[in-house]
Amino acid sequence: MANYLPFEEPILQIEEEIKKAKEIEENSGVDTSKMVKDLEKKLKDTTKDIFEKLTPWQRVQLSRHPDRPYTLEYINTMTANTFVELHGDRGVKDDKAMIGGFGQLDGQTIMFVGQQKGINTKMRQYRNFGMPNPEGYRKALRLFRLAEKFNKPIVTLIDTPGAFPGLEAEERGQGEAIARNIYEMMTLKVPVICIILGEGASGGALGIGVGDKVMMMENSWYSVISPENCSTILWRSWDYKEKAAEALKLTSTDMKELKLVDEVIKEPVGGAHRHHEEAIMNVKKAILKTLEKLSPMDPDDRCQKRVEKFCKMGVFNSK
Amino acid sequence: MGWFTRKKEGIVTSTAEKKETPEGLWYKCPKCKSVVPADEHAKEMFVCKTCEHHDRIGSLEYFQILFDNGKYTEFAKGIYSGDPLEFEDTKKYVDRIKNERTKTGMDDAIRVAHGKMNGEDFVVAAMDFKFIGGSMGSVVGEKIARAIDKAIELECPFMIISKSGGARMMEAGLSLMQMAKTSAKLTQLSAAKLPFISLLTDPTTGGVTASFAMLGDLNISEPGALIGFAGPRVVKETIGRDLPEGFQTAEFLLEHGFLDLIVNRKELKTKLSHLLYMFKN
Ligand SMILES: [Zn+2]
Repeated sequence: MANYLPFEEPILQIEEEIKKAKEIEENSGVDTSKMVKDLEKKLKDTTKDIFEKLTPWQRVQLSRHPDRPYTLEYINTMTANTFVELHGDRGVKDDKAMIGGFGQLDGQTIMFVGQQKGINTKMRQYRNFGMPNPEGYRKALRLFRLAEKFNKPIVTLIDTPGAFPGLEAEERGQGEAIARNIYEMMTLKVPVICIILGEGASGGALGIGVGDKVMMMENSWYSVISPENCSTILWRSWDYKEKAAEALKLTSTDMKELKLVDEVIKEPVGGAHRHHEEAIMNVKKAILKTLEKLSPMDPDDRCQKRVEKFCKMGVFNSK
Repeated sequence: MGWFTRKKEGIVTSTAEKKETPEGLWYKCPKCKSVVPADEHAKEMFVCKTCEHHDRIGSLEYFQILFDNGKYTEFAKGIYSGDPLEFEDTKKYVDRIKNERTKTGMDDAIRVAHGKMNGEDFVVAAMDFKFIGGSMGSVVGEKIARAIDKAIELECPFMIISKSGGARMMEAGLSLMQMAKTSAKLTQLSAAKLPFISLLTDPTTGGVTASFAMLGDLNISEPGALIGFAGPRVVKETIGRDLPEGFQTAEFLLEHGFLDLIVNRKELKTKLSHLLYMFKN
C-alpha cells in the first residue's frame, strides 16, 4: 500500500478514478479506455504541476517519504546484487545504522558506505532510525582505509536525521568520531563521491560527507539542523518548520547555488519514491560519469583539490 | 590591575570588551560561594582560590595569560558576517549581527593573534562565548583558516581555544561546512609538521566538538568544563532519565579517553611551553 503526503492527495484521487474506470470496464464491459486515457494525461499533468512547484518543506517531507528507496536498495540495485556487506568497527560493535562494503558497478569495484534507515517499524528500531553511534563512523573510516589500501573508489550514500544523541554515544566520543572522519576523508588517496539520498542532517551527515564531488538528490535536504529543531530553537515552537525550511536554504538547488555541493541528481517527475528503478539508475549514471573524471587524476592533486574546495566555503565581508 | 595590565602599545580595546573588574566590586564563586574582590579574582586568572572553579573568560584574557608580558598582535581583523541566505527568524540575521558587533565591539565569536610564549612564536585562535554563544559561522571558519596560514608562515605551533555552542544556525549550510573547512586547513598544518593544540573550555559542544576541537595533537581542557557533541538537555530527552553526575565534564572525557590532560589555567602557559619544548627538542 503506497503512502501519500498531504500535497500528493490530488495524485491519489486521480489514481483512484483510473482504477474505478478500469473496474467498470472489467465488470460491465463498457469501454472506458478513452476516459482512462484522459485521466492518465490528467495524472501526468497534475504530478508535473505539483513537483514543479515544491516548497522547501515539501522537499523535506519527500526526503523522508516512507516509500522512498533507502541506501541498501540503491546499492543492491546499482551493483546488480554483487554487494557484500562488511561489518563492525573492530572496537565496540557493528552499528546497524551505518552499512558498508564492496560492490561492483559495471565491473568496477567500489566501496559503498552509508546510513541505513529501516523499511518498517521493526526495522526502523533495528537501524536506530538511521542515526549512527560513534562506532558507525569508525566502521565507515575502517572501510575507507580498506578501500584506499586496495585503490578502490569510495561512494558514500547519506540519509540520516543526525548522529545519535545518546548517553553511550557521548561516552564513546560521538564528536571525536565525526571530527576524525571529516579530517581523514580530506586526504584519502582514492576518489571519494558523496551523495545525499534523503536527509542530510548536520555533523551526522558530514561525518561521511567529505568528497571530491558531493551531490544531492533533487528531493533531499542538507543543512546544519532539521527545520523542526531550528523552529524549536529560534522560534521557540515546533510550528515554524515550514518557515525554517525556507530560511535554512537546505534544498539541493539552494545548496548548489551556495557552492556547498557540486551537483544535483535529477529525480523522475513524481519523485524517487514513485520510480525507484529510474531514480537509482540516475544515481548510477552520475557515479560512473564522475568517476571517469576523478579516477585518472593524480591522487595528490585530487586530495589537494578536495582540500581547496572545502577551504573556499563560507561567505563574509571584510573591511 | 597588576599582573593583568596590558603592556603592548597600540592595542586599543574598548572597555566593553574587557572582563569588567572595576575596583570595589566583588566576585562570588558560583560553585563554593566564597567572595573575593574582583581585581583579586582577575589576578588569579579568574580561577576561584578556594575551589578552583574556572570562571568563563574571553579571547583577550587568554591572550594576556599566554603571551609574554601580554604582548601580542591580533590579525585578520575586520572580517565580519555576510548574509547570503538573508536569514530571518524572529529577527533578521543582519540586524542580529549588527547588534552583537556594537554590543561586544568584536567582529565575531573569535579573535586570532600571534606573539611569543616563553620566547617562542605561537599563534592562538580564541573563541568568545558572548558573541551569539560562541557559534561558528563563516567568519569563525575564515579566521581559523587565516590563523593556520599564519602558523605555517611563522613555522610555529597553533592553538585553538574552543568555547562554543556549536555551528551557527543562522548560516545553515555555510556554518556546517566550516566544520569541513577548518578540518581541511588542519590537514595543511599537519602536512607542515606543526603542532596543533586544542584547548576545550567551558562549554564546547556541537559542531565545534565534532570538528577541530577534537582534532588536536593534544586535546587539553580546563577542570570542570562542559564538553559534548549533543547538549546535555538533548541527551536527557533522548534517554528519558537524569544524567549521571559529572556527565560530559572534562574529567568524564579524560576518563573515556578523549583528552590528553586537564590543566589548571594558572599552569596552562608553563605546561604548554614544556610540552611544545619536548615536541621540538
Ligand atoms: Zn569557588
